Amino acid sequence: MPDLCPHCQKEVALDAYRICPACNHYFPLTIAQRLELIVDAGSFVEMSAEMRSRNPISLAGYEDKLKENEKKSSLNDAVTIGSCTIEGDNAIIAIMSFAFMGGSMGSVVGEKITQAMIEGALRGWPVIIFTASGGARMQEGIFSLMQMAKTASAAALLEETKTPLFLVLTNPTTGGVTASFAMLGDVILAEPGAIIGFAGPRVIEGTIREKLPEGFQRSEFQQSKGFVDALVSRDKLKQTLSFLIKTHTRKEAAHG
Amino acid sequence: MADLKQSLDTIETVVKTSYTCEGTSSWDCVLRSRQQGRPGAKTFIDLICDSFMELHGDRLYGDDPAMIGGIGMVGGRAITFIGNRKGANFKENVLCNYGMSNPEGYRKALRLAKQAEKFGRPVVCFIDTPGAYPGLGAEERGIGQAIAENLKVFSTLKTPVLCFIIGEGGSGGALGIGVGDKLYMLEHAVYSVITPEGFASILLRDPSKAKEAAEAMKMTSHHLKEFSVIHDIIPERSTEQTAQAIKETIIRDLDVLCNKPLDNLVRYRLKKIRGIGEVSGGKEWWQPLLEVFTKTESLR
Repeated sequence: MPDLCPHCQKEVALDAYRICPACNHYFPLTIAQRLELIVDAGSFVEMSAEMRSRNPISLAGYEDKLKENEKKSSLNDAVTIGSCTIEGDNAIIAIMSFAFMGGSMGSVVGEKITQAMIEGALRGWPVIIFTASGGARMQEGIFSLMQMAKTASAAALLEETKTPLFLVLTNPTTGGVTASFAMLGDVILAEPGAIIGFAGPRVIEGTIREKLPEGFQRSEFQQSKGFVDALVSRDKLKQTLSFLIKTHTRKEAAHG
Repeated sequence: MADLKQSLDTIETVVKTSYTCEGTSSWDCVLRSRQQGRPGAKTFIDLICDSFMELHGDRLYGDDPAMIGGIGMVGGRAITFIGNRKGANFKENVLCNYGMSNPEGYRKALRLAKQAEKFGRPVVCFIDTPGAYPGLGAEERGIGQAIAENLKVFSTLKTPVLCFIIGEGGSGGALGIGVGDKLYMLEHAVYSVITPEGFASILLRDPSKAKEAAEAMKMTSHHLKEFSVIHDIIPERSTEQTAQAIKETIIRDLDVLCNKPLDNLVRYRLKKIRGIGEVSGGKEWWQPLLEVFTKTESLR
């Protein structure tokens, strides 16, 4: 069945990479689709699959919203974490899903991202995070804001243990995720054309009362401003991550 | 031109919310925390310190007037002070961008925090901002990266860090100087992930419901104390009395924290941060964290 490209409005046939052949638009990937492209077949072992959100500030309607999103996305929350191998090398991987409440970071996302990083530090395996998020999950109030500190402090522990942290920013990566772990990778990759920024485009337009320039906050812009190491197309992501894993393995220093 | 328009809009907001309220509902606190004339970081710094020297600039791009930093002497102890600055009158408000920092503000804070660590000075942060500045230049210069870096570095900074929310604790812009060993709030200060106006327009789909949003968001000092997000509430009296209460808290805490081994201090801080969040089906995290500490050079 052909898919309708939301960008060029053409009906197109997609392969596993799910890139529009007509306009190069990147369709979002499900967890299964992303895993198939990145990790060695059969190597993914999920961690904390059953973790679910609570309603920490007792906000009316939040529990229904969670249930609705669970049903709609077949996910328990907005991030999936686990161990895997990539071209034979061990890694811890975390993949965010925009499909679950806009990929927003509440307690579950903060906890699982932190767990993934701690696990990487313990095993001495690189940590790879694919982001897709509208930012902090407002429904969890101050607890969602605190997840920024929590994930960033876990990144500090990766620094202290010299464990590599690689980010792959996908469309969109904004708000509290950008202002915490998404910007703390040793290497930060991005898929082409992704929106990456802190404040949302509409908020900025509201502040400056002007239309934003073409391409503002896209991955290409972020690379030119110095915040992204490389733009990597989907078909090159696995080999790029494999290269990074191999080049970030620390050799024990010779003594004597 | 855009700047002027924005300033005028903000002035309008300030004027609208600028009255004294006696009640203590969440919305009252929101209004009080924003009130023109409410003592800011500089006022408290001047009242607390025997002497203070302001230090400017991030050594990378510029000096952000919306962030004040420097070294003060308090009862024989040198302390690095960092704070958001809104300004005390319209002219200063405009100069200080109403307390909304650009990346260079956060990078100045980071520079001064690292300097404090180097020379064994404790750090005191005064938080009072509607949020980081959502502008074109802020994005171009990496406001997200600047805040992220602060969260990371402050979480393992090897010197005591005390944070006081003295007015508006607005989202990531507040958190950017809000990671420390102890977090206090003034009685009528607020701290939230988004403004009640933003919450109302996004989640309640009605910007006029900011008052209801403020209640639902549980953003007052009493709520946050209940959530154990803050350590304590500092009662608000006259400006001088409030400053005195902050000063006593600083002296009391630093007498304890400055005598702790630094690795212990940082481990305790990391444990506190690691524990925040409410999930079901989570697993025990304390043991893995302890194990990670043993794998570091400085925290084992």
